[in-house]
Amino acid sequence: MADVDEAARPRVAPKTADSGAILQELAALITTALNLEISPDQIDPDAPLYREGLGLDSIDILEIAVVVAKRYDLQLKADSQENHQIFRSLRSLADYVERNAPAPHRRPK
Amino acid sequence: MFAPRPPIPDAAVPELIPLIAHPRPDAIFAYRQGQPVSAAQFLGQAMQLAALLPRVPLLNACADRYHFAVGLAAAIIAGTRSLLPPTHTPEVIRFLRTTDAGAVCLTDAEDCPIDLPQLRYSELISGSPEHWPPPNIAASQAIAEVFTSGTTGVPVAHRKHWGLLAQCVGIEAARIALERERPATLLATVPAQHMYGLETSVLLAMHSGATLCAAHPFFPADICSSLAMIPQPRILVSTPVHLRALLASAAPVPPLALVLSATAPLDQQLARDVESRLGVPLLEIYGSTETGQIASRRPAQEVAWQLWDEVRLEQRGDSTWAVGGHVEVPTALGDHIELIDAQHFQLGARLQDVVNIAGKRNSIAYLNHQLLAIPGVRDGAFFLPEQDEARDSRVVRLSAAVVAPGLDAATIFNYLRERVDPVFLPRPLLMLKALPRTSSGKLPLQVLRALLTHPDSGASSFG
Repeated sequence: MADVDEAARPRVAPKTADSGAILQELAALITTALNLEISPDQIDPDAPLYREGLGLDSIDILEIAVVVAKRYDLQLKADSQENHQIFRSLRSLADYVERNAPAPHRRPK
Repeated sequence: MFAPRPPIPDAAVPELIPLIAHPRPDAIFAYRQGQPVSAAQFLGQAMQLAALLPRVPLLNACADRYHFAVGLAAAIIAGTRSLLPPTHTPEVIRFLRTTDAGAVCLTDAEDCPIDLPQLRYSELISGSPEHWPPPNIAASQAIAEVFTSGTTGVPVAHRKHWGLLAQCVGIEAARIALERERPATLLATVPAQHMYGLETSVLLAMHSGATLCAAHPFFPADICSSLAMIPQPRILVSTPVHLRALLASAAPVPPLALVLSATAPLDQQLARDVESRLGVPLLEIYGSTETGQIASRRPAQEVAWQLWDEVRLEQRGDSTWAVGGHVEVPTALGDHIELIDAQHFQLGARLQDVVNIAGKRNSIAYLNHQLLAIPGVRDGAFFLPEQDEARDSRVVRLSAAVVAPGLDAATIFNYLRERVDPVFLPRPLLMLKALPRTSSGKLPLQVLRALLTHPDSGASSFG
């Protein structure tokens, strides 16, 4: 997949490294925002965010949308076919943020 | 737009009320994906569907608000009731099958999980039939049944009649000063099946000649793009949860004429932020499934609520009851009410048994019934944790303590998901060896709350 920011990234850090960092940062943001009783590294990155996985509901998803808008300057939308895919797991959400957030916001702080 | 007018005097409800108040066949009834649908097209589709509907109660599950309106209107024309439960869990559907034998489900979903005979919207509506003028509907016709969670573990149905619903939203139209000459378009973030959504996003349009928007946006960016596709004057029909997210996300909101909020108390700071950031008045509505909407206020400027004309509040013992006007049956309200005068009141804390999580109401008693109905659960109780609302604006969640040797938390959650709306799932669920009951068997709230901060008695928590 084409990535306009490729040149700015160190050669030794492949795409997964950045999205791994975003994944960790998102896990921390989500546990704080939702007041979850687990630590960020206890979230299974491949488990569903809804229902049986992390057990989130639509109000939590709205909260995550606010966190993502504030931190990454990225507005999530429900009308795209991608939406179910995006919230399938923490990893797919991190991948989506990595691919769609404006470049300056992608670097983990 | 926002200049409350006095109600029309002697507004006695007539015996027959037109299905819609739009003045001309080419008046715009709805917008779908930016495209206008005329009043005559809406009526044509409603008549077409009405001719095909079986004469049995209709669970209207359409997610598209225009489809929902066509289904509602068709059921009214056909003389059958629309069933509008607040949630479609398997337990609720099983209940409806026992109380409304033969009920069918109208759906516009590709893959609808509701276990009733299904009528697919897209297979019943074809072409662009038109019909004019609107049919007249008897005020005495029961058009819908809405449901609350009773205290005995089974839902309670409340019948709604055409004339009283018309009276209720007629007063709302006067309160928000809808102008027939310059109809507003209503965009709602709440489902049409919810009492507030039914009244303010569908019936208000039908009875005032306003335009409804088919969309049901969720994310802040969706609200903005849906608003951008409809003309001014735009009215956003929303809730504290959605309004807070809309402001926090800093999404660019197109100009509005008015914001309406209901379902849960809106704090005054958020109300002021909405008014200043969006440059628009915000009106808050108070009501319940049983009573419909009965009062309004402008929370950025005032604390007191103004009752709907003709609705009265009566103090009976510890409860305040709403009676008269469009209120179908005298109803005890779920809040502590402080009467100011015959037309005004202040809201106090919610009564302990009634919980409101993100605008969805339930009773602790109902939830406890569902918990105790799980095979293997010996004892259990839901409770509200303490919350400092000034410091924490997040949506509050319920906790529950349960005694269920041999069951794990995942099993209990799976059962609960079958029975209650997901917002009521406990966070956390405390697994205990015994509940801290007093010698008389009571469970004091403070003792339950203490379990959250001092999880002794071998408790392990999930959620």
